[in-house]
Amino acid sequence: MLSAIWETEGLQTVGIVVLVFASIKLLHILGLISFSEDSVEDELELSAVRHRPEGLEQLEAQTRFSRKELQILYRGFKNECPSGVVNEETFKDIYAQFFPQGDASTYAHFLFNAFDTDHNGSVSFEDFVMGLSILLRGTVQEKLIWAFNLYDINKDGYITKEEMLDIMKAIYDMMGKCTYPVLKEETPRQHVEVFFQKMDKNKDGVVTIDEFIDCCQNDENIMRSMHLFENVL
Amino acid sequence: MAAGVATWLPFARAAAVGWLPLAKKTMPKPPVDNSSRSDEILYVNVSGVRFQTWKNTLDRYPDTLLGSSEKEFFYNEDTQEYFFDRDPEMFRHILNFYRTGKLHYPRHECVQAFDEELAFYGIVPEIIGDCCMEEYRDRKKENQERLAEDTEANEATDAPLPPHSTSRERLWRAFENPHTSTMALVFYYVTGFFIAVSVIANVVETVPCRPPKGSVKDLPCGEKYQLAFFCMDTACVLIFTFEYLMRLFAAPSRCKFMRSVMSVIDVVAIMPYYIGLVMPENEDVSGAFVTLRVFRVFRIFKFSRHSQGLRILGYTLKSCASELGFLLFSLTMAIIIFATVMFYAEKGTKGSTFTSIPASFWYTIVTMTTLGYGDMVPNTIAGKIFGSICSLSGVLVIALPVPVIVSNFSRIYHQNQRADKMRAQQKVRLARIRMAKKGTSNAFLQYKEDHTLGDRNSDSTALCVKNRSAFEHQHNHLLHCLEKTTNHEFTDEMTYSELCMTESVGFRTSRSTSLSSQQGAQNNSTGCCPRRARRRAAMRLANSTVSVSRGSVQELDTLQFKTTSIPPQTRSSLNAQPDNLKLNCGDQDFTAAIISIPTPPANTPDESLPPTPTPVPGILRNTRATAYTHETVKISSL
Repeated sequence: MLSAIWETEGLQTVGIVVLVFASIKLLHILGLISFSEDSVEDELELSAVRHRPEGLEQLEAQTRFSRKELQILYRGFKNECPSGVVNEETFKDIYAQFFPQGDASTYAHFLFNAFDTDHNGSVSFEDFVMGLSILLRGTVQEKLIWAFNLYDINKDGYITKEEMLDIMKAIYDMMGKCTYPVLKEETPRQHVEVFFQKMDKNKDGVVTIDEFIDCCQNDENIMRSMHLFENVL
Repeated sequence: MAAGVATWLPFARAAAVGWLPLAKKTMPKPPVDNSSRSDEILYVNVSGVRFQTWKNTLDRYPDTLLGSSEKEFFYNEDTQEYFFDRDPEMFRHILNFYRTGKLHYPRHECVQAFDEELAFYGIVPEIIGDCCMEEYRDRKKENQERLAEDTEANEATDAPLPPHSTSRERLWRAFENPHTSTMALVFYYVTGFFIAVSVIANVVETVPCRPPKGSVKDLPCGEKYQLAFFCMDTACVLIFTFEYLMRLFAAPSRCKFMRSVMSVIDVVAIMPYYIGLVMPENEDVSGAFVTLRVFRVFRIFKFSRHSQGLRILGYTLKSCASELGFLLFSLTMAIIIFATVMFYAEKGTKGSTFTSIPASFWYTIVTMTTLGYGDMVPNTIAGKIFGSICSLSGVLVIALPVPVIVSNFSRIYHQNQRADKMRAQQKVRLARIRMAKKGTSNAFLQYKEDHTLGDRNSDSTALCVKNRSAFEHQHNHLLHCLEKTTNHEFTDEMTYSELCMTESVGFRTSRSTSLSSQQGAQNNSTGCCPRRARRRAAMRLANSTVSVSRGSVQELDTLQFKTTSIPPQTRSSLNAQPDNLKLNCGDQDFTAAIISIPTPPANTPDESLPPTPTPVPGILRNTRATAYTHETVKISSL
C-alpha cells in the first residue's frame, strides 16, 4: 500500500517532467521559441546585388565625360562600393563625412532622391555618372532643371513653400549648431520667404519650373556661380 | 578623413549646385587645381620587390609616409622609382591598407617587427581592422608581459645600490632581495625556519599524545605540553611581528605596503595570538577565539615570499578568477536543480534522509563528483532515476579533460567580453572621430582666415597658403560655399559657447539649435544650448553624428566651465605679464564675454592686448584667432 503511494508520487513526478520537456520541444518545433541567441532560421541576406554598368562607350556617349575621366570615376566608385550600387544609408554616411559639424542626413536624403532617377532605391554607377555629368558639364539650363528637380520633393512639377522649407531646414541642419550668428528657428522660414518673393512671379504660392528658370537666368549672381564647379574633375 | 572620402569629394562638390539658387551671397572662387588630372602609376621598389600602384591610392592617406611628400626623400631618379630598404613581406600588408582601407595583421609575423614597420610608414596601429585587432592586441600584451618580466628579473638581480642611500632604503632592499647582503640572507632563512616551525607546531599540537599518568583519555599534545607550545608560539609571533614592523618602517610607500597582499597575510597570521592575549578567559568568547586560531594557518602563505612558484600560482588564480567563478556558478545551478528534483522525488518516503532541499545539496555534490558516500540514498523509483541522471551528469562534468573545459569557458567568456570590448573600442573610436572632426572644422576656420587675409593682400596669399593638399582646398571651398548659401558662418565651440552665454544672459528666449521639424515642443528652456539628447534620432544617420553631437554638447558643457580659464592663457601668451592674469577667473571672464559682443574692444577691461600685427576685420575674428591658436597648441600637444 505504502509502496504503491510512493510509486504513484514518483511516477507522477516523472510524468510531469516528461510532459514539460515535450511541450517545450513542441513549441520549438513550431518555431515559437528558439533556444539559441541568434534566430534559428537566419534571415538570409539577399546575396549582394551586383550591378555591372553599361559599357564604357555607351557611357561616354551618354555623358560628357571622357574615357579617362570615366575610368577614374569608376575605379573610385567600385573601390568604395564593390557591389556597384549605393543605397541610401551608405549615401548618407558618405555625405555626412563632409559636414562634420552638422547633420547632413536630411539633405543627403533629398540628394539621393535626386540622383536616383529611376527610383529603385539605389544609385548605380550610371545614375551617379549621369548626375555628375549634368552638374559638372551640363549647360546652365540643365543645371537649373536639376536643381529644380532637387527642390521638388514629390516631383509634381511645383515647388511649394513646404517643400522649400524642408530643403532649407535640411541645408541649415548641415551647418550644425556652432555658427555665427547663432541660428534661430525662423531663419530657414525667412530664407524661404525671400526665395519665394524672388521666384514666385504670379504669387500663386508655388514656383513652377519656368518661373524658376526665368528668375535664375535674370539673376547675375546665380548665373555666375553656375560656372563654379566646372573644373571639378 | 577616411580614404574613400577623397573619391567622393567631386560628387559632394557637384551636389553643391543644389545650393546655388538659394544662396544669399555670392559664392567664393574655387581653388585652382594645377595638378595634372591624369592618374599615374607609381613604382615602389622594396628591397628588390617591385610594387606598382596608382598615385591616387597612395594619396588617400596624406598623413602617412607614402601619402605625403615624405616619400620624395626615397625617390631614385636613375631608376624612376621609390626605393625602400625594408621588408617586402610586410610592405604587402601596408600597401593593401592603402588599397582597401583596412589594415590587417599577419599572424605569422612578430608583433614588434610589425609595429616597427607601421611606425616607419607613419601608420597608427589603432586602425588595424576588427578582424585582426584582437589577435594583435593579445600578441602585443604577451610581448609586453614577457618584456616586463625580463626587465624585472634584470633589475632585481644586478643593479648595485646607489651610493648615497639611506639606511631605510637599504633595509627595504634587503627585505626585497635577500641575496644582496649576508645579513639579509640570514634573516631570510631565519624567518623561513620560523614559519615552518610555527606551521608544524600548529599541526602537531592537535595530535593525541599519550595521556599523563592517572588519566585514560587521550589528550592532544597541545594541552599536554601547553607551556612548551605557548612559548614556541610566542617566539614565532615575536619574530613575525618584528619582521612586519621592520618592513613597515622600511617601505617606501607605507600605505601601499599596508594594502598589499603579503602585508595582509602577515597581519592575519599574527593577529590571533594578540587577540588571544587580550581576550579574557571567558567561556562564551573562547569559542570564537578557537575559531580565530584557524587563521594561524595563514602563516603558510608567508612562504610565498620565499617561493616563486607559489606567487605564480596565486597570480594565475587571480587572472582566471572570473572563469572559475562562472564554472562554480554553473555547477551551483546544476546542484540546485538536482537537489530540488531529488527532494520532491523523495518527499513521500518515510524515514527519508532528504529532509530539505539544502540537505539534498550534500547528496547532489557527493553524487556529481562521483564520491558516493552512501549516507543519503534515494528509495523511490523516481528518486533513483534522477539520482542516476545526476551521477551520469556528474561523470560528464568530471570526465571532460580540464583544458577542454577551460578553453570552452574561455571562448564563451571572450565572446561575451567581445561586446564590452567593442563598446570600449567604440568609445575610443568615437573620441578619435570627434577629434578628427574638430580638427577638420578647425582646419576650415584656419583656411578661412588665410583666405580672407589673402583677399586683402595678394602678396601674402602665397605665404598664407600653407602646405595643404588639393583635397583640403577643395573641401574647404565646399564648406565656404555652404556658409555663403546660408549666410551663416562656422565657428568653433568655444566662440559658440561664449555667444550662448551672452545670449542667455541678455535674452531669455529659448533658442533651438536643431532646426529639423521633429523638434516641436521638445525644447528645453535652458537657453540657447538645449541638450540634443532628447532629440529623436529619427534621422537614421548612423548614431555617429548624433552621439558626436551629444558628445559635443557634453564637451560644450565642460567647456562652459573651461572658457573661464582658457582665454587668460591665450592672452598670457601674448601679454608676457602672467602676474596680471592671476585674477579670480570666475567673474572677470564672464563680464568679458558680455562685453566682447556689442563693443569693439575684445579685451578684459583691465588689460590691453598688444596690437596684433595683422589687420583684423572683425572683433570676434580676433578672439577666434586667439582661441584657435590655443586650439592648435592643444591639438599638437596631443
